[in-house]
Amino acid sequence: MSMLQVSVYRYNPETDSAPYMQEFQVDTQGRDLMVLNVLSMIKEQDSSMAYRRSCREGVCGSDGMNMNGKNGLACITPLSEVVKKGKLVLRPLPGLPVIRDLVVDMGVFYEQFERIQPYLQNDEPAPAIERLQSPEDRDKLDGLYECILCACCSTACPSFWWNPDKFVGPAGLLQAYRFLADSRDTATRERLADLEDPFSVFRCRGIMNCVAVCPKGLNPTRAIGKIREMLLANAT
Amino acid sequence: MVTNITNFGRSGLSDWLIQRVSAIILAVYTLFMVGFLLFNPGLDFDTWSGLFSQTWMRIFSLLAFVSIAAHAWIGLWTVTTDYLKPTGIRVAVQTIIILVIFVFLVWGVQVLWGA
Repeated sequence: MSMLQVSVYRYNPETDSAPYMQEFQVDTQGRDLMVLNVLSMIKEQDSSMAYRRSCREGVCGSDGMNMNGKNGLACITPLSEVVKKGKLVLRPLPGLPVIRDLVVDMGVFYEQFERIQPYLQNDEPAPAIERLQSPEDRDKLDGLYECILCACCSTACPSFWWNPDKFVGPAGLLQAYRFLADSRDTATRERLADLEDPFSVFRCRGIMNCVAVCPKGLNPTRAIGKIREMLLANAT
Repeated sequence: MVTNITNFGRSGLSDWLIQRVSAIILAVYTLFMVGFLLFNPGLDFDTWSGLFSQTWMRIFSLLAFVSIAAHAWIGLWTVTTDYLKPTGIRVAVQTIIILVIFVFLVWGVQVLWGA
């Protein structure tokens, strides 16, 4: 028996007047499980426990949560990486409204994603087969398109906590740059015009929490720097 | 596009650039001042007023004053939009900050050019 002490954020708005932390003891049998495995063992103890999960291999981005103070995907985070002094504390992603337990309302996050128009825009006549791109131009999209929208980065960002309605956030800005950098997109000027205000991009203070937590190893801070460069080149 | 009317440059890009340029000017001015004080240990009134009677020093100082005014406006405006959520309080604090910056700027110009 090797027991792990897990403290989980619980909140059911229909019955609880305030959120509270509930303690669980989980027998890991000494294995280095993923945090998601521990959550399913907790759910066997208490079936009212609510969390999101789907692919359980770090592809769908459903189980983003705060584990011992750091955001990440529960399914690909081994206990050995997060457990300190035999204790694990699980909380929902910070800064978003809690629907229940570890399930958050991602509405504001998706609204910012929608705002940057995350789709290819091209006003030239469509070619017979497809819009071609050189291998070099395609390489520019590496490190940008892999985002799975788990919201770990944006909810680790203080600027997003204070102004989630105005600051696009690291996830949205990574995708904004993905389309600004795309050689097939012709709406570059319009996209830049929508971003030059003091909030959308420039509320980024470059603290790089987004880079520290991204489960896919992406670098939103670098993309934000590139957007700034494009804005500067366009307006000076 | 988020609209704003109380930030310094009316544009995030302009605020961002001004913040960086003014920071460099202030850093150079600070280094100059520290250096001047170190190389003049027994500083007297004549040396000090002699320094500020020269046109290049007055231009350099005025540039630093304008830089600190812009820098403070942009920085404090950002702080108020982060932490002051009720609109009435935010607009009031922003107005006070801008007025105080204006007063200090005019006062600084008077001290600099009045002597």
